[in-house]
Amino acid sequence: PPGLENVCWNKGVDKAWKELSNILSGIFCASLNFIDSTNTVTPTASFKPLGLANGTDHHLLRYAVLPREVVCTENLTPWKKLLPCGSKAGLAVLLKAERLFHSSYHSQAVHIRPICRDASCLAVSWELRQTLTVVFDTFSSGQGKKDWSLFKMFSRTLTDACPLASQSKVYVDISPKNKEKELLEVTPPPTSVHEAIVQGDKRTYAVYDLLSPSLFNTSRSLNVQLKWKRPQDTELPTPILHAQRYVSGYGLQTGEISTLIYNTHPYRAFPVILLETVPWYLRLYVHTLTIITKGKENKPSYIHYQPAQDRRRPHLLEMLIQLPANSVTKITIQFERALLKWTEYTPDPNHGFYVSSSVLSALVPSVIAMKEVDVEQSPLFTSLFPSSDGSSYFVRLYTEPLLVNLPTPDFSMPYNVICLTCTVVAVCYGSFYNLLTRTFHVEEPSRGGLAKRLANIIRKFRGVPPL
Amino acid sequence: MPPFSLEADAALHPLQDASLGSLTMYVVPETSSLLPQGINVYVGKHRSALVRAGGGLAALRTLLQQLTQVMSFTASSISAALSDRVPSGQLGPDARRHLKSSLGYEITFSLLNPDPKSHAVDWDIEDAVNRYVQPVLDKLSLVANFSVDSQILYYAVLGVTPRFDKESSSFLLSAHSLPHVINPVEARLGSSAASLYPVLNFLLYVPERSHSPLYIQDKDGAPVSTNAFHSPRWGGIMVYNVEAPASPQVSLPLHVDVDMVRVMEVFLAQLRLLFGLSREELPPEFLLESPGNEGLADWELDRLLWAHTVENIATVSTTLTSLAQLLDKIGNIVIKDDVASEVYQAVASAQSAMAELAAGHLHLAFQASKEAVTSSERAFFDPSLLHLLYFPDDQKFAIYIPLFLPMAVPILLSLAKIVREARQQGTPERC
Repeated sequence: PPGLENVCWNKGVDKAWKELSNILSGIFCASLNFIDSTNTVTPTASFKPLGLANGTDHHLLRYAVLPREVVCTENLTPWKKLLPCGSKAGLAVLLKAERLFHSSYHSQAVHIRPICRDASCLAVSWELRQTLTVVFDTFSSGQGKKDWSLFKMFSRTLTDACPLASQSKVYVDISPKNKEKELLEVTPPPTSVHEAIVQGDKRTYAVYDLLSPSLFNTSRSLNVQLKWKRPQDTELPTPILHAQRYVSGYGLQTGEISTLIYNTHPYRAFPVILLETVPWYLRLYVHTLTIITKGKENKPSYIHYQPAQDRRRPHLLEMLIQLPANSVTKITIQFERALLKWTEYTPDPNHGFYVSSSVLSALVPSVIAMKEVDVEQSPLFTSLFPSSDGSSYFVRLYTEPLLVNLPTPDFSMPYNVICLTCTVVAVCYGSFYNLLTRTFHVEEPSRGGLAKRLANIIRKFRGVPPL
Repeated sequence: MPPFSLEADAALHPLQDASLGSLTMYVVPETSSLLPQGINVYVGKHRSALVRAGGGLAALRTLLQQLTQVMSFTASSISAALSDRVPSGQLGPDARRHLKSSLGYEITFSLLNPDPKSHAVDWDIEDAVNRYVQPVLDKLSLVANFSVDSQILYYAVLGVTPRFDKESSSFLLSAHSLPHVINPVEARLGSSAASLYPVLNFLLYVPERSHSPLYIQDKDGAPVSTNAFHSPRWGGIMVYNVEAPASPQVSLPLHVDVDMVRVMEVFLAQLRLLFGLSREELPPEFLLESPGNEGLADWELDRLLWAHTVENIATVSTTLTSLAQLLDKIGNIVIKDDVASEVYQAVASAQSAMAELAAGHLHLAFQASKEAVTSSERAFFDPSLLHLLYFPDDQKFAIYIPLFLPMAVPILLSLAKIVREARQQGTPERC
């Protein structure tokens, strides 16, 4: 999601959560220390612990999002330091900051979960999984051609695999559209081709195994290139589940948050869990919550609502909504904007306040039946595209964050008040006092002081008779 | 090693006063065979020593004085403990080398492998820590809390390129380049983010295949026998050379099993040096018993506790003095009740620590000094004492002047006029 997200199942209470946020903030140079009780919630249904877990007591889960933060080079560097080979060998040599941040979308994540050390599961180890997601827009930066290569994207190529890695692979999606072959060409030829059904779609991947000795035989470096043989119309298929969120309304008093969820599956309906976290200064009116699908009202089968406490806790709204096939569901809720105390405004309050994105979790049924992939055989692939059973796959979707303006006071008023009051007092009170207490007495006319003589000199220049 | 004196020491041990800080010295006749020939003093690993009488009372007195200086604190060791507060002209060259007294220490063992393609290094650190390091830390647990962790870092190079020496066909790191070695590595150690206590780093460096073998030179140019060096208040580094394989066509990476005994010997010796438990030059008639697995003798622990107690009390006084100065500077600071009670407790604990030190009860003095340090730190670093939270007086002046000055000026002028007229009317006017 936009910003920073921190999800943790821990046995401690809020003190451990605060310590964890502060330590992670120090390690990753990110402002996670701003996470406190005003943006932490305890969702009950949206998250399940990854890996081994002894039951799922939802009181142990904490979830917090900071939508205002941005990801920058200083967050990438400690992320790279966690890799065993660092950025000196293997795939991580490609990750140089000046090219990575020259992209349309950048996201990095660290997941830690307990797993069995071997098949008998007598000992538990911790697994650390680091992911980096970057979207390069080569179409707009590559003079209108959709061809790309590793060198063009990262300005360097792969030279070897990390000697500590047991698996090091590059997957290139070469799925043919509409069953046409020979549409694209990948150089150098891949070590193998892998077919899988990913997210309900049949896809073909060209696999480059960096550990196989044949890959670096001909040349010292690997530069994967993809060229399109024929110009293509860029029609991307719409995903089965997608969502949008926006704020409507006028003025600075009230407003309405609307979420639109689209189910484009032709014949299957499925449920989706919606988790919304709204800060306390947008006071939600839950009685105005309406869910409308295809013109009729849609009642959710599970609602968990935790109202906000001013300056202590945000709103938490979790709902399980059934989405009929081929439909659009609109969820609206009205809110009122609160007036904050003077010191609670951020340094640029007219930018607005962010509302973190809502989280949609669903088991989407796939159009094509999927084969269950063995975890032992291809652990890398299943961690990228997990599937719980053959017929549906798990999707977690984040909507856009919202930017909401709160009624903002004029921060220059204290200065204005001081100036005005002092001026009024000086002019008004001073003149009245003088008028009331001035006494007049006769004075001898003097020859003239310095001021009178200066005035006379000026009058002589002007040609006006002297005083 | 003389068996008689060892057995005598062990046999006499139950008879002694076992409290911290006490020393027992037994004087044996000159002709006794408990001490071997040529040895006049035998220092045991608990708190006792055997002294051979001979040469009269004056010689015995000097011997006993020397022994006390070895086994217990001296003026120089106390001033080394206070080194941060004493002007540097009065200190010896070894002051400011020992670790500052703290409530806990975190020890990190790191294996640096800059060339994982050539060397696949394995070390059984967990076993080595349990077997060799844990007994020493258990003995030191009276002084502070210790926590141990370990890590393996790859592609971590030293900051200095070693020179190739043709005569010994090896690479050498000269003594004056050693200070530059630590800095680039420190960035990758990453230990200070998550710990409250000072960190001691012990690094084991396996040089790259192209830079093997690597030796450290001391100031005279001779290679150091243990191939290791330590940096005061930071930790130590040891270089572990891997023998080149006999045949040049061996498959890389070479598998290396680190000999943990050799490594832990060096690291534990460096740990002793870091804490200031080194054995200075002793006269040849002294014989010290080796402390065995525990790493340090009881009287060495006592020396450490004396130094730490004095340092803690000095820290408390510095902290409370700074707090008093802060309160003097800002007149309208609000002291909360719990901060005040921490200050009172710090003062009371410091006073009781001084009293116990004067009476010689080392254990109680140390505990009191620890409590005093904790209370004073808690009082001083309380967030409510941030001086930026309080308006300086001159800013208040600046806010009220534009309001009151325009009002005050006519009043003052008219007051002056009234006074002048009243004085004029002092010469009475007869109408």
